[in-house]
Amino acid sequence: MKEENIEELERQFQEKIDNDIKIEPRDWMPDNYRKTLIRQISQHAHSEVVGMLPEGNWITRAPNLRRKAVLLAKVQDEAGHGLYLYSATETLGADREDTIDDLHDGTAKYSSIFNYPTLTWADMGAIGWLVDGAAIMNQVPLCRCSYGPYARAMVRICKEESFHQRQGFEIMTTLANGTPEQKAMAQDALNRFWWPALMMFGPNDADSPHTAQSMKWKIKRHTNDELRQQFVDVTVPQAELIGLTVPDPDLKWNEETGHYDFGPINWDEFWAVVNGNGPCNKERIDARRKAKEDGEWVREAANAYAAKKRTKKAS
Amino acid sequence: MSNKEWPLWEVFIRSKQGLNHKHAGSLRAADEIMAIENARDVYTRRSEGVSIWVVESKNIFASNPDEADSLFEPADSKIYRHPTFYEVPDGIEHM
Repeated sequence: MKEENIEELERQFQEKIDNDIKIEPRDWMPDNYRKTLIRQISQHAHSEVVGMLPEGNWITRAPNLRRKAVLLAKVQDEAGHGLYLYSATETLGADREDTIDDLHDGTAKYSSIFNYPTLTWADMGAIGWLVDGAAIMNQVPLCRCSYGPYARAMVRICKEESFHQRQGFEIMTTLANGTPEQKAMAQDALNRFWWPALMMFGPNDADSPHTAQSMKWKIKRHTNDELRQQFVDVTVPQAELIGLTVPDPDLKWNEETGHYDFGPINWDEFWAVVNGNGPCNKERIDARRKAKEDGEWVREAANAYAAKKRTKKAS
Repeated sequence: MSNKEWPLWEVFIRSKQGLNHKHAGSLRAADEIMAIENARDVYTRRSEGVSIWVVESKNIFASNPDEADSLFEPADSKIYRHPTFYEVPDGIEHM
């Protein structure tokens, strides 16, 4: 295509975005818009799928049948969310198996929070409350993303996600009101998950080079720091209400700004985990690889059975 | 398609009696029975449906968005198909 044609197409594309007209799969879009979306949506899908692992760890050890049924339902939801999102990447022309292989060989990233271990039952509470809470903060604006299939997947996901946060907070509340040992367990989980939850929003705005373009394309609606601040502002009072202490000595309400001031984030830790050196990175990827390899004969057998049925029908 | 991959299906759900089936999303499955069972698990976990259609994605033919202007042009010029095109004298009711 001639260069001036591309410029004109890009101009028309931006005009649609500026007028809040959604982009649908077969519409013309700049290569970088497509690439950015494939990267973002597949990372998001991987996070949902890898996110099942730390919680799956506790399904067999949930303290009672109600908690077990709830946790099962939550983990099943995460599988569904992964599927909606992989489907959205397929509408952009990405091959699903290639996308999954990118996760397995380390090319693709996923949310670094899932590289932390889940040591006690209270971690199920902390994950639902903080991790799903942070995810909701990130995801609600994505329901208005300029790319139609992603926005529609996010609407569905956000609807389901709110039960996840509530069940986590319920676990934390119950423990915080329990015996001193139970309360200590809840506090310990908060201590371990607070900072990684803040890191979920990604690097500070100054270190986030793609933010400006993503906002111009309306893939992203708020910056990382805006969302992180919003999360701190709503979560701190929730911790106070159930008598837990947010592990940040610098945390202070700022009357002037109307927001909480909070201490510096350890970005060295963040980058170490993103780059594969968190406590559980290897374990998570090994588990995903094993799942794919162990299921291969099942997928082949299902295809063979379907082919056999088709032949029978035809004859 | 390699033997290891399942084909892609589009899923349509009727949310309650009296409404159309509406596109809900897509999924992969080896055959139509598995596609319906997967669609139930993926798209109706909270009673969102009373009926499911699945269609293999390769069987869907779609209009080309680049030709939307010319495809839909015949409708644009026929404003007399809308009731607001017509003048109704003052005082006329039930029309």
